[in-house]
Amino acid sequence: MDIPYTVQPRRDTGLYNAKLGIWLFLASEVMLFGALFSSYIMLRVGADIGEWPQRLLNVPIGTVNTLVLITSSVTVVLGWAALKQNNFARYRLYQTITILCAFGFVGIKSYEYYDKFTHYQVITNDGKVFDGHLIKRDKELVVLSGFEIDASKGKAHGVMEASGHGPNHKPHKEIEIKTSDIKKIGNYGPAHNTYTAIYFTLTGLHGLHVIGGALVIGYILWPGAGMWKTDPERYTNRVEVSGLFWHFVDLVWIFLFPVLYLL
Amino acid sequence: MSDHHSHEDIEAVKRKYIIIFLALIVGTVFTVGAYFLEIHSVALTVALALFIASIKAFLVAGYFMHLMDEKKMIYGILASTVFFFIGLMGLTIWAMHDMPPTTQFH
Repeated sequence: MDIPYTVQPRRDTGLYNAKLGIWLFLASEVMLFGALFSSYIMLRVGADIGEWPQRLLNVPIGTVNTLVLITSSVTVVLGWAALKQNNFARYRLYQTITILCAFGFVGIKSYEYYDKFTHYQVITNDGKVFDGHLIKRDKELVVLSGFEIDASKGKAHGVMEASGHGPNHKPHKEIEIKTSDIKKIGNYGPAHNTYTAIYFTLTGLHGLHVIGGALVIGYILWPGAGMWKTDPERYTNRVEVSGLFWHFVDLVWIFLFPVLYLL
Repeated sequence: MSDHHSHEDIEAVKRKYIIIFLALIVGTVFTVGAYFLEIHSVALTVALALFIASIKAFLVAGYFMHLMDEKKMIYGILASTVFFFIGLMGLTIWAMHDMPPTTQFH
């Protein structure tokens, strides 16, 4: 039995079923990310003045990732247009670029995550606060490449200094701290503060969408490509539907980038 | 997007995609440029960043996702999504100062 309406639109909806399905799915996705964005707003507005970390992320790297995702979005639509012109080779070229962009995006994001997981803050027993990247950590000693934060100027000032990018940049030096002198040590992972918690939640979920989208596009592009010979219209529709998902992933990032990196 | 296109139609659409792509890059440059301008008003910075992001989102949704030329069913789905999304954000704003009486601020 053939699955109905994979190519021809239904008379009542005016759409082939997969297209209706993807839009319903995207509607649920809007609510999923909407809930997380509203959580972000609650946390951001609820933070005491000056205590919300700003400039904690590397803007040039985030900008490059934005450009990578925008590039992948245009290659998806150009690939779909190539199929409409019966040019499978051109479609394959464009979608290969899309997959490479997806790898690029995830790679850059992984580098950013690595940077945060190796970025430490150390509070010593005498109240000093050190901030920097971990060079060495053993039973006796912790070595950071960073700087001391002037804790006497208050928590808000410390948050600003710890950001370390742009105008907050301070020269880094190697700091050795005895483990016995350490009161508290922790990296800038999700547990560091509410900002890193919402940052990892939002970008982690978005990253999973990038990986999922790339897997689907890759499946259609390689193992599933046989359908182009047997049922080209249905194949083109599959490409369109996977492309709609990919554009949604791009749309989410268009808002995530300024909200997390710039504001 | 309507289902049948001539070769010329597709060529025109491809040109449009390239223009949108360039516009998205320009939008990104403006967003980052505004960040480095160090505008002192937080409200203005937020408004500017979200305004540019909204234009970029409109371009992606309108042209790459073909929403400028779609069927009524999809507009219906999106209208209900917008309704619930506004409700979600409205509840967030409504609940912003809804704290238990014993909440301590510091």
